[in-house]
Amino acid sequence: MAGLEDLYREIILDHYRNPRNRGELETPPAHMAEGFNPLCGDEIQVFLQVDGDRICDVSISGQGCSISQSSASMMTTAVLGRTVDEARQVIRAFKAMMSIHGDDLDGSDHDPSDETVGSQISLGDLEALRGVVKFPVRIKCATLAWNTLDQGLSEATA
Amino acid sequence: MTLPADGTETRFDTAAVKADFPLLNRQVNDHQIVYLDSAATSQKPRLVIDTLARYYEEINANVHRGAYHIAELATSATEDARARIQRFIGAPSASEVIFTKNATEAINLVAYSWGRANLNEGDAILITALEHHANIVPWQQLAAERGVEIRWLPLTDDGRLDLTDLDQMLDGVSLFAFSAASNVLGTLTPVRQLADAAHAAGALCLVDASQAVPHLPTDVKAWDCDFMAFTGHKMCGPTGIGVLWGRAELLDAMPPFLGGGEMILNVTREGFIPNELPWKFEAGTPPIAEIIGLGAAVSYLEAIGMDAVRAHETALTGYALRALNERHGDDLVIHGPTDAADRGGVLSICYRDVHPHDLSQVLDQRGICVRAGHHCAKPLMKLLGVGATARASVYIYNDESDVDLLSDALAEAGEFFSHQPA
Ligand SMILES: Cc1ncc(COP(=O)(O)O)c(C=O)c1O
Repeated sequence: MAGLEDLYREIILDHYRNPRNRGELETPPAHMAEGFNPLCGDEIQVFLQVDGDRICDVSISGQGCSISQSSASMMTTAVLGRTVDEARQVIRAFKAMMSIHGDDLDGSDHDPSDETVGSQISLGDLEALRGVVKFPVRIKCATLAWNTLDQGLSEATA
Repeated sequence: MTLPADGTETRFDTAAVKADFPLLNRQVNDHQIVYLDSAATSQKPRLVIDTLARYYEEINANVHRGAYHIAELATSATEDARARIQRFIGAPSASEVIFTKNATEAINLVAYSWGRANLNEGDAILITALEHHANIVPWQQLAAERGVEIRWLPLTDDGRLDLTDLDQMLDGVSLFAFSAASNVLGTLTPVRQLADAAHAAGALCLVDASQAVPHLPTDVKAWDCDFMAFTGHKMCGPTGIGVLWGRAELLDAMPPFLGGGEMILNVTREGFIPNELPWKFEAGTPPIAEIIGLGAAVSYLEAIGMDAVRAHETALTGYALRALNERHGDDLVIHGPTDAADRGGVLSICYRDVHPHDLSQVLDQRGICVRAGHHCAKPLMKLLGVGATARASVYIYNDESDVDLLSDALAEAGEFFSHQPA
């Protein structure tokens, strides 16, 4: 089926079927942040353990479609072991990739320097999610885990 | 298509009906559109679209105000629509037909006006486990404000209301608010029986008929209910128009909901005198075009005949249940009652382990429109143990070929998600 391959890349389906860092962490010491996609009922919990300024453990629980679940799985591998600042840069780079025409769909101000951030930070496997932008209703699925992580980082480091 | 035993003619020409809906002519992703989301909103026939345009082109004027010719035309068209809707739902009087923005606002009107005038700490409301958020949240808001208790009537395993403990649950209840038809399970509830039980317990009842009025003959007298809410856009009408019907003596005793123009007889510095029914509850300039458009939608449905609409949907739903289950077997779960006679044309589907959102994406590639999600019924989804379903719903313009295309596309979606190298 033409078009679908743009969305459902192999790597996405792989992360969907074999999610990395799935499960719950004990709270405390870990911090839990919860996100909802009111559109489709997807729910996600991001567990986050920050040691000093480093993310020493992260895991995901909840339910959702292939896009939200694979995005969450890839996100955990992208931020695990990184510093909070680095993780924030990855979040910004990912959200920049997910924004159409520079409009940030979650309403936060779009920073034009995001594009540069995007090129400095290698998104690796996450690049596979680029095709989601062609399916605008699915962008919220892809960004659910990221917004939840963003919120979790703020709470965990507050 | 089946004919009823009494031999009444209930056939209509689905192809001709389909041709009345301009949108159904369009292509989506290089396929002829297959619209299977009428439970969310129906498509609109040419008659309704033309009525809206003609209103703006020929008689646009504010109602109940000007004494000039077109203002009179606009006013009488509005009140004609009200009378047509009154007859369509079997209401004793047009003054009991109150225009709202949608069913949600109609239910809120009762919760705010009747609820806040009558309910206090210690009072209770009974709702059911299959309600749409529109018939949950207004009561939760009232409960939070007034300390009113909310009780939930449970469901049977096959998605019908479990009436075993109904009388005990109604004990001490002031209002029983329930759907006539579920937007997730398709379940048709025994409205008259529920209304009788409510009245026997000294309670009033409110029927959320959003999924019933578009699909079944509706008669509020036969139902013997006290309030009924429905929404225009699911019954071939425009968006932005809904109806609250209520028994006149109840509406008369209720305080106004929103304040402003239209809803007053007189205003002084000291206060105001509310208008009479129905305008008492219609503050501000009403959605005139939408009211007239809903009147046209009712005419359109009447021309087909609501018995015929129901017979068509029962037959098509029966066909869908048979055809989908036969072909897809254990790959497919269709939630809700298994007999088409007990349900409306709403099929909530889970297909293998394909997430409904992914399923609807694949279907969209075939031009098939189904709704994926929680359908504004999260407490029900929790009860079903699913986060989401894909929902296909049929209406007068759907036929067996639409079901067959859905069935093919389900198989394709299964293929797509299983054959991708992992
Ligand atoms: C059973 C039921 N009640 C209420 C509503 C609310 O309708 P509206 O959004 O038009 O107010 C809907 C439609 O979504 C429904 O299916």
